[in-house]
Amino acid sequence: MKSILSLFQSIAANPNAHIREAKKKTGKKVVGYFCSYAPDELIHAAGAIPYRIFGTKDDIRLADSHLQSYCCALVRGGLEEALAGRLDFMEGTLFPHTCDSIQRLSDIWRLNTDFKFHIDAVMPVKLNTKSARDYMIDVLSDVKIRLESGLGVTIGKKEIVNSIKDFNRIRTALRTLYEIRSTTPGIFPPSAIHDIMVSGMVMDRGEFADRVEALVEKASATAVDNAGKPGKRIMISGGICSHPDIYGLLAESGGDVVFDDLCTGFRYADGNISTDADPIEAIADRYMARAVCPAKHLSNTARAEGLVDAAKKHHIDGVIFLLLKFCDPHAFDYPYLKQALDDAKIPSLLFEVEDRMPPEGQLRTRFETFTDML
Amino acid sequence: MTDEKKASDPRKIKSVRRMKEIMTNYYIGAKTARENGKKVAWITSGGPVEPLIAMDVIPVYPENHGAMIGATKMGVDLCEKAEEMGYSRDLCSYARADIACATINGGPIGGLPEPDFLVCCNNICGTVLKWYEVVARYYNVPLFILDTPFVHGKFTDAAKKYVIQQINEYIEFLENVCGKKADPDRMDEVGRLSVEAQRLWQKVLDAAAHKPAPISAFDAFFHLALIVTLRGTQETVDYYKGLSTEMEERIANNIAMVKNEKYRLLWDNLPVWYRTRWLSEKFASHDACLVADTYTSAWSGVLHLIDEDNFLESMAVAYSSVYINISLDMMIDTLKKMIKKYDADGLVMHSNRSCKPYSLGQYDLSRMVAKQIGIPTLIIEADMVDERSFSESQIETRIDAFMETLKA
Ligand code: SF4
Ligand code: SF4
Ligand code: SF4
Repeated sequence: MKSILSLFQSIAANPNAHIREAKKKTGKKVVGYFCSYAPDELIHAAGAIPYRIFGTKDDIRLADSHLQSYCCALVRGGLEEALAGRLDFMEGTLFPHTCDSIQRLSDIWRLNTDFKFHIDAVMPVKLNTKSARDYMIDVLSDVKIRLESGLGVTIGKKEIVNSIKDFNRIRTALRTLYEIRSTTPGIFPPSAIHDIMVSGMVMDRGEFADRVEALVEKASATAVDNAGKPGKRIMISGGICSHPDIYGLLAESGGDVVFDDLCTGFRYADGNISTDADPIEAIADRYMARAVCPAKHLSNTARAEGLVDAAKKHHIDGVIFLLLKFCDPHAFDYPYLKQALDDAKIPSLLFEVEDRMPPEGQLRTRFETFTDML
Repeated sequence: MTDEKKASDPRKIKSVRRMKEIMTNYYIGAKTARENGKKVAWITSGGPVEPLIAMDVIPVYPENHGAMIGATKMGVDLCEKAEEMGYSRDLCSYARADIACATINGGPIGGLPEPDFLVCCNNICGTVLKWYEVVARYYNVPLFILDTPFVHGKFTDAAKKYVIQQINEYIEFLENVCGKKADPDRMDEVGRLSVEAQRLWQKVLDAAAHKPAPISAFDAFFHLALIVTLRGTQETVDYYKGLSTEMEERIANNIAMVKNEKYRLLWDNLPVWYRTRWLSEKFASHDACLVADTYTSAWSGVLHLIDEDNFLESMAVAYSSVYINISLDMMIDTLKKMIKKYDADGLVMHSNRSCKPYSLGQYDLSRMVAKQIGIPTLIIEADMVDERSFSESQIETRIDAFMETLKA
């Protein structure tokens, strides 16, 4: 188990280095994308590697002449990576429509970078009507055509179905890992799930499916010695998390993250794609049904219901809202989600991150205070 | 603002009085809707109000209310209140101020009348989706979302099909919540009036192409209220007819809004509501007039896409193509046209912390304007309602410096 986990850890620590290697090794093309509403299934079906862009670990300088400071670190950081040439392994980029910031980033990106192609997948914002579903199917069909011309391939039904099968293997395995973590906290090192998720969004999906299934097998067979004091059961809720250090810090402060509601977490793993229906329609149907992100509309209360249900199901002691500063969709949901948790008597902590994490000492104090309170 | 000018001042726009009257009556009507057996709908500023008018529903605009809150300088208190409720300071200040206002019935008019239902069109931003979800939960009323896909270069056939389908769903929704059938003849009539009002509004704005400009963007911000809230009514048509005639008279009599107009500037983004007068006087002191803006023309800029004989469907397409629902390379075309039409010497961009879809991309736009047209841009960092984000001394220095380069 250790060797697979350390592979994922090294990939998550430096996805750019990994993809350069992978590209050389497999000869596959790489397509960058933002957000969990970009249909990476279609990129994989085209024989390319879908590569999720997570912002930057470096300082933001070049992006400052294109984006104001009141814009989230994911958008500014992503642009910085592109402008600095650190994404030059990418053939093109796939932009889904999510929030106002991503929408403008797409324009700025298209006008200031010279990747071979640029695809806007202007997905519907509503996910609860038939016309939205029809429209989503149209958008996905269009993405397919544009990927074909961008990559110079044809994507047949068979390729999409095979891709879907890989993704179903991946998501089934990921959900099993989430289950294992929830029932035997401490089985994985604190940031392992984070590393696995990041790896799953940047690796060749076929290879990742094999690896993650192998991990499930090993993990299922591993008994954990949980004789040590089990920590408080924590769930993290928010958008993307690119700060693996917090898991370790939390563990040291007496909190085990046992579940999450992140777009780089469970929301990505949620829901398989049907293999009985038309493959594009089936991809759309998963999007319509999976755990919803705040930039989309399923109902006025779907997120709170989902959050409280998950917290109860996983016997959560406390929820940490990990929000990226300047992220509007998440910030709008925070007060009502907190209220729903309050009503269910589940304590929560709001933790807002800018480009950089606050100093370790400060974090530790906040986490300790929170876990002590639980 | 110009409406504060002394009555004897020939530069004062006379229609201002009439506008205040109409708006006062409108708000009284909205606040007493219940007693009169009428329904109230809250709707976003870019949303299709016409079907509401045709169904005899009173439309109420939280954004217009937000602007009033800003103009009456009540924004900071209300924004702080929203922050206490857990809403981040980085969120749109219209949303913050309005959300807080509802809980205390505060603000300039003692709060908005409660909605019977909500209509949210995301052609202006994703913020309104989240905001209206908050309102829908607060009042526990139905919410209709008109999802207008963002236009990156081209409005696709799929998007067109989608918005047209939604217009039908919208009418169905209205029939349900109102408990009566829509009357197609009445709809046609409202559509015709809406188009006429938009045409007249554009005519008013076009008057500023004359030198010296008889009206400035600061006045347009004020006179905009009706085209936003009540387009589709005869009253609005009559009002803009009057305003347009007044513009013709001003041109004939050579009445300028800025006394010694020498420099003509174009404004981008929402107004800084709590400082319109200060800004207009500041620019006027440099003999500069803000002759036009990208904001107020949003309510007539897509007129060419509307077909009066097929109003509902063409409206859906047109409203999807408004200025802030299109990509930067499409915006630059509009900007270029406006700069030419109004013969602008410079561009003033309000980088508005509250409004990401309008503000992100301004840096690129300003470089395109410099390169393709050769006029300079001044970028003012501020917020439309939350005064805490306005640094007067810094902005004053920047305006002075900018005007010096223009004069040089
Ligand atoms: S939070 Fe939602 S919109 Fe934002 S990046 Fe994640 S999936 Fe996309
Ligand atoms: S949803 Fe939030 S985190 Fe994601 S790009 Fe938009 S503002 Fe940034
Ligand atoms: S100011 Fe901008 S963000 Fe706020 S409601 Fe208007 S368009 Fe949306």
